Amino acid sequence: MNESLLQERHDNAREDGHETDADFVRFIDVQKSYDGVELVVKGFNLDIHRGEFVTLLGPSGSGKTTCLMMMAGFETPTHGQILLKGDPINDLPPHKRGIGMVFQNYALFPHMSVAENLAFPLEVRHMSKAETKRKVDRALAMVRLENFGDRRPAQLSGGQQQRVALARALVFEPELVLMDEPLGALDKNLREEMQYEIKRIHADLGVTMIYVTHDQTEALTMSDRIAVFNDGVVQQLAAPDTLYEAPENAFVANFIGENNRLYGEVTETIGDKCQVRLDSGETVLAKAVAAGGIGTRTTLSLRPERVAIVSGEADEAFDNRFPAEVREVIYLGDHLRTRLSVCGNDEFILKTPNAKGYASLRPGQSIDVGWASSDCRALDA
Amino acid sequence: MSQSPSVPLTTADGVPLKTSLRRAVRRSKVKAFLLVSPLLLFLGIAFIMPIVEMLWRSVDNPEVSTQLSRTVAALEGWDGESLPGEPVFAALAEDLREGQEARNLGLLSSRLNYEKSGMRSTISRTARRIGRVEPPFRESLIEINDTWGELDTWKLIQREATPYTLSYYLAAVDRQLSPSGEIVEVPDHLKVHVSLFWRTFWMSAVITGLTLLLGYPIAFLLTSLPLRHSNLLMILVLLPFWTSLLVRTTTWIAILQSQGVLNDVMVALGVIADEARWQMIHNKAGTIIAMTHILLPFMILPLYSVMKTIPPSYMRAARSLGGKPFLNFRRVYFPLTIPGIAAGGILVFILSIGYYITPALVGGQSGRFITNYIAYHMQTSLNWGLAAAIASILLFVVIVFYMVFNRLIGVDKVKLG
Amino acid sequence: MKDDSKQAGKPALKLMVCAVAGASAMGLASVAQAQQTLNIVSWGGAYTESQQKAYHEPWMEQTGDEIINLDRSGNALAGLRAQTQAGNVTWDLVDMLPADAMIACAEGLIEPLDHDELLADAPDGTPPSEDFVDGALGECFVASIVYSNIVAFNTEMFPEDNQPSSIADVFDLENFPGKRTLLRKPINNLEWALVADGVAPEDVYDVLETEEGIQRAFAKLDTIKDEVIWWEEGAQPPQLLADQEVAFGSAYNGRIFNAMVSENQPFEIIWDAQVFELDGWVVPTGKLDKVKDYLHFATDTQRLADQAQYISYGPARYSSSDLVSVHAETGIDMMPHMPTFPPNFATAIQKDDEFWADYNDELTQRFDAWLAQ
Repeated sequence: MNESLLQERHDNAREDGHETDADFVRFIDVQKSYDGVELVVKGFNLDIHRGEFVTLLGPSGSGKTTCLMMMAGFETPTHGQILLKGDPINDLPPHKRGIGMVFQNYALFPHMSVAENLAFPLEVRHMSKAETKRKVDRALAMVRLENFGDRRPAQLSGGQQQRVALARALVFEPELVLMDEPLGALDKNLREEMQYEIKRIHADLGVTMIYVTHDQTEALTMSDRIAVFNDGVVQQLAAPDTLYEAPENAFVANFIGENNRLYGEVTETIGDKCQVRLDSGETVLAKAVAAGGIGTRTTLSLRPERVAIVSGEADEAFDNRFPAEVREVIYLGDHLRTRLSVCGNDEFILKTPNAKGYASLRPGQSIDVGWASSDCRALDA
Repeated sequence: MSQSPSVPLTTADGVPLKTSLRRAVRRSKVKAFLLVSPLLLFLGIAFIMPIVEMLWRSVDNPEVSTQLSRTVAALEGWDGESLPGEPVFAALAEDLREGQEARNLGLLSSRLNYEKSGMRSTISRTARRIGRVEPPFRESLIEINDTWGELDTWKLIQREATPYTLSYYLAAVDRQLSPSGEIVEVPDHLKVHVSLFWRTFWMSAVITGLTLLLGYPIAFLLTSLPLRHSNLLMILVLLPFWTSLLVRTTTWIAILQSQGVLNDVMVALGVIADEARWQMIHNKAGTIIAMTHILLPFMILPLYSVMKTIPPSYMRAARSLGGKPFLNFRRVYFPLTIPGIAAGGILVFILSIGYYITPALVGGQSGRFITNYIAYHMQTSLNWGLAAAIASILLFVVIVFYMVFNRLIGVDKVKLG
Repeated sequence: MKDDSKQAGKPALKLMVCAVAGASAMGLASVAQAQQTLNIVSWGGAYTESQQKAYHEPWMEQTGDEIINLDRSGNALAGLRAQTQAGNVTWDLVDMLPADAMIACAEGLIEPLDHDELLADAPDGTPPSEDFVDGALGECFVASIVYSNIVAFNTEMFPEDNQPSSIADVFDLENFPGKRTLLRKPINNLEWALVADGVAPEDVYDVLETEEGIQRAFAKLDTIKDEVIWWEEGAQPPQLLADQEVAFGSAYNGRIFNAMVSENQPFEIIWDAQVFELDGWVVPTGKLDKVKDYLHFATDTQRLADQAQYISYGPARYSSSDLVSVHAETGIDMMPHMPTFPPNFATAIQKDDEFWADYNDELTQRFDAWLAQ
């Protein structure tokens, strides 16, 4: 049902010409200050390809929403440029940018029916009645709300409102859609359902999407690339798996997924590895990712699922091996979380699949744990 | 629940569930009623009773039937073709004699004088000499005052002998009963009320429109300015509330009168000549200006409370969808403020219909409202029946207006704060 | 002493009547009664002030009573009726117009008064019924002053050689241009319109009782309607005249007098066709015992003459006229400023209370309709 819409979109893309797919949207050295004292966005650079799904992820106040608002035209950059399809758009008012946007609370016009809401962007483009009706019906079909055109937004559930908002942002066939925490108001199940829905539509239409969220799971599930924001600066811009597997600094490591931290000092570097003496005295071999030279402090980051309970002979796979004491065992059905005391860290988490053969642990029990040095990343302090 | 409907549910001690529930609910209902009963009592005494009293007064007509009871009884069966006979005049003489002794003919003579000018002196002159009147009464009474020889006088007495009358309502809409009992318009030179009603309504509508025109941008500013500035603006909006109505009104007199501040400034600036000062007060303009100012907060506050609840994201959404600013205002923002406009509109309109101090002070002759006439009939002419009838009509109009409003907008949609 | 037998049973009153000129006797009489508070309703402004000085202050000094002035005479009839219906009459003595007094009396709101019994004789022994001017003693009413409705003008608004002098000049826009301010009621205006149109002052009410006469009066008023500012409060016309907002203004003569002598305003009164009427006291039903001593005092010859020192209203007693002297503040001779001064009185019209009692409602409605046209 969406083939024709998709086709039209591609036609549109071919008509305008001079940009290449690689620099569909560009932020160049963008800075933003509201009060002239403090920068909320500090030198933001980002290139987005046509058809990409990019998520701006970060805690609240990190500047991600401000970037989105500058893209939409509701905020003006204090410095720097934003290019859309190669053209600077700093001085273009929002209604001339042709960017679709989904707002946090959907911003559906409460006094209009669903169909009227969807018709609004077509009406302001002076589209014919018949054409408008055709596109509205198609957009409703796309979000599977064919029979809801006559309802008022208040008569819909949260998930349905969300779909209408999405349909409204897409109905006038923008090439770029911005989403500002669109799923924040939904409960968990609905949120997951909508994530797939958005993903599906994105794949179907090939539209470029910039998505803002503070929910890392959401970001990991949906995005082609994720820009992790903190304190007005992009900490890392990478694909989800890279972010998770290879965080470049302590903030990203902490923010994305669960993480065991050990603190210490670099004592020796060996190729891409380094020896780190922990504050508790033990020495750990780790992969030097962002650690400084000998004598600098570092944070070791270790994913809980990469730690194993070891016994008997030394195993080459685990070139780090330490005694541990079980503090707490939490049963989570498909897996078990075990809180350990390792190397002076009482909050050390061990995640083990609930598979056959795993001995059950009891609090107070002494065991040995081990991990591969390639899984243990020495990051900035 | 699989229980069959024929078997009533019971609580643990065997009392049917319904009875038990009703008992529990009744207890809390009684408690709630007792808690609000002081308020209900207050409302009854301070609000409902005066209205009932007003409605009653507008039709109450006891004067003729009680004070001329003998005359009325003797007039029964009179054909109205020729003067009544001696027994009627004798009864009248007896009624007047009794009334003169009890000194209570005043209300009767006022009542009859409303319908027929001259009846006051007819009755008072006759009553003064009633002690010396000898039979035959027909001749002697007509000799004292020939009004008694007019058929219309007797028709009037016969007509007004009912304990209730519509003549106050007729007078309130410039109608009267002809001697033959038909409803006719009063002569043109006595018509005042209907035109005053219309003037009251259209001027109130103009005032409502002006408060909307001025109040809408202010309410919008209040919602969009930073908190520090909007607080200051809100104080400015509320400031008039904290000033006496009379002060505000007389301030306008000082500003607008022909030797007033505004004219002086205009003359000093050379905008107008000294001889051609603007007449801005003691006319319609004065009433409209002063009342627009006084009622402005009643428009701004409901508008503000509605605008406050409209998230800025609606307008952003409209812009992102490609609407130009004015179109977005017309299609998105304005429709969302309609409950506020309606609330402010009905509030200002009803308040201005009922205003009378300000029109009395700055309205001159042409800027006067029907309410000023109610005051006149209450305080000066003492025709309280007519005052009650005019006020009842006004009340009726307000109720109709409110019901139309409720049908169109829905009172439940109105937010006042 | 006209009727000794009547007063035989009331020694205190008899004593008072005998010693009416001597204030000390009043003091004796009031020893008998406890000190009390009297709520007296009057018109406010300069008028209440003159009553305060001439009646209230000497009375309070003698008796220790307290007198509270309420400026409610403008709506006295409505107030009396409302208080009576509510069963809580708080007013003890009310200053009102004889037309209102007639209505109040007919409704039983106020006490009938036996004037010869209640009031003081003149110093020469003339009983009150002969000493008060015509119409001053109604069934429930006793007048204290004669006042006049006149038209005044600001002399600076006209050249010295062309000053207005008659009521016809008020209706002459050609020779005497400028705004006029008139009372927003038919009373006085209809009378003046007829006189200006050539009706003799004494025939005014006969003409007004006919439909043609009313039409004639309104037609005459039509000729100046566009130039009229209508006033409702007695303080307005002197103010409008002083501001030169108007050239002519109808007013109560006392207000104009006060503006002339106290504020040195360049006003002059056209005494031609002055409409004079009386004003005085009524006693709300049930209050007679409480106020009869005060009423006796406040209406005696000397008190009425004293009041004329403060305001240019004529005393309602013949015996007081001879005692009228000079203005208390400025020392000017009061006589020429009195409505009753013979040169002023030549073309005077006495307001016909009965006519207005009958026709006020209808003519007011007609007047309002005319104004609204």
